[in-house]
Amino acid sequence: MTGPGGTARELLRAPHPLLSAVAAPVDPAAPEVVTAAADLLATLRRVPVTAGLAAPQIGLSWRLIAFDARRHPRSRSWAGELVVANPRLARASHWDEGREGCASVPGLVADVRRATRITVHGHLPGTGEAVTIEADAIEARCIQHQLDHLDGLLFLDRVPGALSLHRRLHTCDA
Amino acid sequence: MGLSAVTVLGVDRPGVIAAVTGSLADCGANIQDSTMTLLGGHIAMMLLVSGELDSAELTQRLRMPDLVVTASAIKASRHFCEEGGGLGYVLTVHGPDRPGIISAVSAVLAADGGNITGMSTRLTGRLYVLIADVELPKQVDVAALMRRLAAVGAGLDSDITFRPVEPDLL
Repeated sequence: MTGPGGTARELLRAPHPLLSAVAAPVDPAAPEVVTAAADLLATLRRVPVTAGLAAPQIGLSWRLIAFDARRHPRSRSWAGELVVANPRLARASHWDEGREGCASVPGLVADVRRATRITVHGHLPGTGEAVTIEADAIEARCIQHQLDHLDGLLFLDRVPGALSLHRRLHTCDA
Repeated sequence: MGLSAVTVLGVDRPGVIAAVTGSLADCGANIQDSTMTLLGGHIAMMLLVSGELDSAELTQRLRMPDLVVTASAIKASRHFCEEGGGLGYVLTVHGPDRPGIISAVSAVLAADGGNITGMSTRLTGRLYVLIADVELPKQVDVAALMRRLAAVGAGLDSDITFRPVEPDLL
C-alpha cells in the first residue's frame, strides 16, 4: 500500500512532452515508487472533480495510476481509493460513448468511446501484491483514461469526430 | 423553390436562435441543414434553407441590430443527402499553438485527394487542438499518408493521430 503523507505535486498541462511519452514499468517495491505513489494520491486528493490521475501528469514517466471513482457522482463500481503499478487491461467489453475531460487539458471535453466493463491487473506499490480490478461505468472509463496516459495518449486522440470536441462551458448538476 | 446559404454572426445571448429561426419560419423558409457553435463567445450559425424568398429578401427579413446576417443563393451539390464514396477517417492534432497548423496538415490531405468534411479547432491555454473528419479516396495509400502526417506533426511539435471512423451502429 502507499504510505500516508505524500506530497501533492504540480499537474502538467498539455502540451508537454511527458504527456506524449510512453511511460516505463516500475518496481512496485522500490522506495522511490512508493513515494511517487503517495505523491500521486496526494495530488489526486487535491485536484477537485477529478476521479483519477496517472504518474506522467505529475512529471513522472512511470506506469502508475491513481483513482477513486467515488469522486464522481455517477460512479457504480468502486475498487476504493487506489494506486496501481504497471496496470494492464485484460478484458474490455460493452462499449459506449461518454463525455470526459482531463485535469491536464483544462477547458475541453469530448465524447469518447470506451468499454464500460473492464478487468485490469496490476500490483500494489509497497508490497507488490498482485491485484485484479473489475470495474464498470465511470470507474472503467476513468481507469482506461489513465491507462492511455501511460501510453502517451490523451482523450483527444480518441475523439470520434469533429463534432465531438467541446469547450467545457458548464458543470453537470448531478 | 430555391436554396440559400445563410450565415449568422453575433454576440451570444439567450434567444438568438429562437429569433433567427422564428423569422425564417415566418417567411416560409424551411431549414434543411444547419450547424451552430460558439466562437470566442460569439454565436456562429450556418443554415441551408429552401423557400420562395430570394437571398436579398431573406437578408432583409433576418435583419437584426446585434447580428450580422448574410444569405447567398446556392445550388445543391452532389454531396447533399448522399453518402460519399470514400473511406472515413478522423484526424486529431494537438500541440503548442502556432500559425499554420491547419494549412500544413490540410495540404498533406489535399495532396492525396482527401476531403475534410468537418472540422473543429480549439485553443485552451497554450494547447491547440484540431479534430477533422476526413474522406479519403479508396485508392489512397493510407500508411504512406500517415507517415507524411506524422512528419508534418513532428515539424509542428504536435501529436497527430489518424484513424478510421468507428463503424456505425445501425
